[in-house]
Amino acid sequence: MSLLIADQIGKNYQVGEVVIPALRGVSFEIEPSSFVSFIGPSGSGKTTLLNLIGCLDSPTTGRLTVAGSDVGKLDRRQGAAFRGANIGFIFQDFNLLPVLTVYENIEYPLLMVQKVPSGERRKRVSALLEAVGMADQRDKYPDQISGGQKQRVAVARALVTNPKLVLADEPTANLDHKTAYLVLELMKEMRNEFKTTFIFSTHDPKIVGEAEIIYMLEDGELKGKEIKGGRNNG
Amino acid sequence: MGNLFKIAIRNLLRYKRRTLLTASLITVGVVFVLVFIAVSGTFKNMMIAQITDSSIGHLQVHRKGYVASIETLPINLNIKGGAIAKLETILAEQPEIASWSPRIKFGGMFSNFTETSSIRITAIDPEKEFRTAPLLPARVMDGSKDLKRGEILIPELLARGMKMKPGDIAVIVATNADGSVNGKQFTVTGILESATGPGGRDGYIHMDDAREVLRMDGQQVSEFAIRLKDFGQLHKFSDKLEGLLSQTLNQQNKPVFEIHTWEKLSPFFNIARMIDLMTFFIKIMLIAIVLISIMNVMIMAVYERIREIGTIAAIGTKPGTILNMFVIEGFCMGIAGAIIGNIVGIGLIFILNMLKLTYDFGRDKGIVLQANISPADILVISATVIIVSVIASLQPALKASRMEPIKALRHV
Repeated sequence: MSLLIADQIGKNYQVGEVVIPALRGVSFEIEPSSFVSFIGPSGSGKTTLLNLIGCLDSPTTGRLTVAGSDVGKLDRRQGAAFRGANIGFIFQDFNLLPVLTVYENIEYPLLMVQKVPSGERRKRVSALLEAVGMADQRDKYPDQISGGQKQRVAVARALVTNPKLVLADEPTANLDHKTAYLVLELMKEMRNEFKTTFIFSTHDPKIVGEAEIIYMLEDGELKGKEIKGGRNNG
Repeated sequence: MGNLFKIAIRNLLRYKRRTLLTASLITVGVVFVLVFIAVSGTFKNMMIAQITDSSIGHLQVHRKGYVASIETLPINLNIKGGAIAKLETILAEQPEIASWSPRIKFGGMFSNFTETSSIRITAIDPEKEFRTAPLLPARVMDGSKDLKRGEILIPELLARGMKMKPGDIAVIVATNADGSVNGKQFTVTGILESATGPGGRDGYIHMDDAREVLRMDGQQVSEFAIRLKDFGQLHKFSDKLEGLLSQTLNQQNKPVFEIHTWEKLSPFFNIARMIDLMTFFIKIMLIAIVLISIMNVMIMAVYERIREIGTIAAIGTKPGTILNMFVIEGFCMGIAGAIIGNIVGIGLIFILNMLKLTYDFGRDKGIVLQANISPADILVISATVIIVSVIASLQPALKASRMEPIKALRHV
């Protein structure tokens, strides 16, 4: 069964009296444990689509089902609960909480969102710290580590709740090329280890190749789908 | 909850200077209120003690209707015969009472044979009166503090105006209940300084002399002044005594007695009320300081952390948790301000008492300031600061909790 089903979803934004369509009738399905990338130029609708998938916004038209739930129908509180249980986020600017250490940043969703007991928390956070290679930096604050390290911490934080899906909007945009590859490699490794679906957006053609499934967006429309080793238009 | 506190404290420490400034502002407010309450409360209590202990007593019992006509000191409204015995029996049964003193009050003319002036006379049983108004003897500024039959303590006002001194002879002339006039010669035994209250023309004579001047048949008393063991129980006891006295009815089935606490008998109560009012406004100022400073800081905190709010909301933090996070920050600042303010305030009060500052009140010179603050006042002020801090944080916290994560994440 598909983890994600987008059925003719559209999203319009109202700017003054003008309605701007950001997405127009986009349909696709994503299976569990996929490593998917949405690519396209700026303004193509990548971020809008990721926001809809992440329950941060609701589609104007169409139906979007994530992990069996019609996310367009969730209210604020239900949306927060759904995100906390099913979705991990990796942000372009890392968005680590500056008052928390590396360890505490990873622990945060378990502590404040899922209310996981301390023993289990410790186990999961320590395992992820090892997995992302940040165990020796656990007591440092975000302003004491590099950009690449911050994104590793962000990856660990996104995975710590064992989500079905991790969304990453331009996760490598603020990283140098070498670090960007390392972060993507890490995400892939995590997908292999935890069987979590990763969806990321990018407009960097050099890292697009890392994805196993690539969706191409242009002017809010899905223009193509490429599966590693072949291309499938429409 | 402990983790919310940890995050809140770290966020407060993140902007050390701002947090310190706000906490200092609250501290200064708390210190100011504590010291003001301590000093003004001490002054008020001293003033009340002066008024009650030097003339009025803590409360008084009169015949019903007497106080309404008290300016004319009506002797036809005195408590008489059986009612006095009944009242004394009731008073004797009250464990809260330290002492009581019966008084006969009347107006008359005071003459030194060359000049005549009006005078208000309070006739007393000296032993009972000095127990009930223990500061009365201290008001004798010249002459004897004793009062025997045939002697009079005259007010300083008359003594100065009529150039009289202890040992001089004076005559009191008064109209008695049946309308006839009578007079009696007295020896001035002492000069009384003005009481802090309506005592500028009050002289004191012995109860038996008053009966003679007024040609009274049988026992008559204008008022009973009562002193309590614990002044703090004044209103509770007043209510109790009122209940007991209301059972004594006259032939028209109406209460015989009326009871008044010192507040209703002395104009100085208005000064005490004014001190209370000033204290109230000082507290309002403290509330305003806390409200504005905490709200300002929290609004800034929310504005500066919009992206962080978006991040934690996106990863599933419930709006209630975000609300608590910011409210706890305000709460922590309030707690810090209250604790430091209390420590500094109590320290300052201690130093004030160590310095033994003096002040004058009426004729009392060099009264040593003994500032005092009750634990109840400290608790009320601390609770007020903390509650107001929480209320001040609510609006910014609500704003943070209601933020759309998508908009918050886009914030630059």
